[in-house]
Amino acid sequence: MTDPDDLILVTRGLTKEFGGLAAVSDVDLRIRRGSIHAMIGPNGAGKTTCFNLLTKFLPPSRGSIVFDGKDITHDRPDEIARRGLVRSFQISAVFPELSALTNVRIALQRKRGGSFDFWRSEEQLRPLNEAALQLLEAVGLAHVATVAAGELAYGQKRALELATTLALDPKMLLLDEPMAGIGREDFRRIEALIRTAAANRTVLMVEHNLSIVASLSDRITVLARGRVLADGDYGTVAKDPAVIEAYIGSGRHG
Amino acid sequence: MTVPVLSGSVVADLVLPDDETVVRRRYRATFLVLALVLAIAPFVAYPVFLMQVLCFALFGLSFNMLLGYGGLLSFGHAAFFGLASYVGAYAAKYGGLAPELAIVLGALSSAILGSIFGAIAIRRQGIYFAMITLALAQLLYFVSVQTPELTGGENGIQGVPRGKLFGLLDLADDRMLYAVVAGIFLAGLLFVYRIVRSPFGQICKAIRDNEPRAISLGYRTRHYKVLLFTLSAALAGLAGATKAIVFQLASLTDVHWSTSGEVVLITLVGGLGTMLGPIVGALVIVSMQNYLANFGAWTTVVQGAIFIVCVSLLRGGIVGLVQKWTGRAL
Repeated sequence: MTDPDDLILVTRGLTKEFGGLAAVSDVDLRIRRGSIHAMIGPNGAGKTTCFNLLTKFLPPSRGSIVFDGKDITHDRPDEIARRGLVRSFQISAVFPELSALTNVRIALQRKRGGSFDFWRSEEQLRPLNEAALQLLEAVGLAHVATVAAGELAYGQKRALELATTLALDPKMLLLDEPMAGIGREDFRRIEALIRTAAANRTVLMVEHNLSIVASLSDRITVLARGRVLADGDYGTVAKDPAVIEAYIGSGRHG
Repeated sequence: MTVPVLSGSVVADLVLPDDETVVRRRYRATFLVLALVLAIAPFVAYPVFLMQVLCFALFGLSFNMLLGYGGLLSFGHAAFFGLASYVGAYAAKYGGLAPELAIVLGALSSAILGSIFGAIAIRRQGIYFAMITLALAQLLYFVSVQTPELTGGENGIQGVPRGKLFGLLDLADDRMLYAVVAGIFLAGLLFVYRIVRSPFGQICKAIRDNEPRAISLGYRTRHYKVLLFTLSAALAGLAGATKAIVFQLASLTDVHWSTSGEVVLITLVGGLGTMLGPIVGALVIVSMQNYLANFGAWTTVVQGAIFIVCVSLLRGGIVGLVQKWTGRAL
C-alpha cells in the first residue's frame, strides 16, 4: 500500500552539534507515507535528539527537513504541529491537573479555534465533549474520563497521551519510546493502539523493544553515535554486520 | 474522526467531568453569599478598612490568576498596581477626570505596561521570569523616584479628589464610595472567574501543567502567556487606581517591591489557585497591618511567622484547608 517514492518526511544532512560535539550528524531520513518506520540504536545514538530536531524543539545546526512537500527547517514547533507532524514524549505528557476528558478536549480545541476567547464561557466547548469521549473510549479510558490525568496509572497516561495526539488527526506521528514503562499486561493493548493509530497515517517511532519493532514496523533506521548505520526492513537490518557490532559493542543484544 | 469507536453506549450515560452546571451552581451560590456579606459588612466594620481589604483582595485576585491558573510567578506586580495608582491620581487631580474615567485610564495604562513587561519576561521561565518581572518593576520604581514633577516624589500625589461618580453620586461619602468599590471588586471577581473558566483559560491551565506538550499540540504558548499577563496587569491596575481614589493618595509605596511581596503573601496565605483565597488573604493581612500597627516593626515579624506557617503547614492556604474540609471548590 505504500508507494516507495511517496515520501512524507525527508531530511538531508541533518546535524546537531552541542559545543562542537555532534549528537546527530548528516542524517538523511526518507520516510514513506503510510508506513510505520522505527528508529533504533544504542543509548546515546541521537534518537531523541533527532525527534527534537524534526519537531524543532531543538534548532538543527545544519541540514534541511521537508515534510509533506514543504520545507519546515525554519518553522516554529507549534507551526510544525499545525502542519500535522505531532510528537509524543518519552516521559508521558499529559496535563496532570485536568481531567482525562479535558486533556483530549485541549487538543480538539485547537482545530475549533477561538482559544484566545477569554470573555466566553467554557460552556462553548461542550460540543467537543462527545468527540473527546469517543477518543477516550477508543483507547479504553472512557470509564476514567472524569479523573485527573495525574492520578491515572502509567499505562493509562500513555493511552491518554495517544488519544490526545490522535485528537489532532495528524498526518504523521512521532512516538518516543511508546513502550517504555508499560507493564506486560498493557503491552498488547498499546501495540494494537499504535497499529490502529497508524491505519491511515505515517508513524515514526523510537523503541528499544526489538520484538515490538519487528512486529510493527515496515522499515527500520539504525542510528549509532549520531549517524545512520543501516536502513531497511527488519531482516536486512538484523543481518547487517555493522548493526550487530554496534549493539554488541554497547552491551545490548536485542 | 478516524478513530474507530468500539461501542457507542458509554457516551450517553456518562456523567461528564467538569460538568459545569453543578460546579457553576455552586460558584453562583458562593458569589451570592459573598455579595450578601459585602452588603452587610459596612454596618459591622469601618468602610475605609473594608475598602482597603477589597482593593488588596482585587490585587490578590490578579496575582492569583497569573500564578494559580497560568503558573507564572510575577515578583513585580507592584508595577501595575502602582502605575495605575499614579495615573488614576494624576488624572483625577490634575486632569479633572471623573473618578470612573480616572480608574479606567489607570487600569488601561497598566494593561499596556503589562503587555510590554509580559512580552519581555515571558522569554524566560521559572525563577528567571520572576527575576525579570522584579527588575522591570524596580525600573518603574526608579523612574517614579526620579520624576517628582509627575509622581510628587516622596510626598506622592496627595489630596486626590474622590469626585462624583458619573457626575451624580458624591463619593466623599464613605458609604457611597464603599458601594462603588464593592461593585468594582465583584465585577473583577466575576471577570477572573470568566477568564479561568473560558476556552482561553483552559489552554492557560494546560500550559501551566505542561508547556512542551501544549506546544506539541500546536499552541503558540507565548501568546497565551502574554495575554494572561496583560489581563492580570489590567486587574492589578484596576485595584491600584481604585485604591488611589479611596485613599486620595498615590505614593512610592504603591510601586515599591514590598507591595509586590505583599500580594504574594496575600495569595499564599489565602490559598493559591482558589477563587476566594485572595479575599481571605487580604482580610488577614490588612487586618494584621491595622491592628498590629502599634507594635511597629513587630508587624513584619508576625506576618513572616504567619507566612511560614501557611506555606509549610497549609499548602493550599486558608481557603485550601476549608476546601479540604467541605470537599468543594471555593
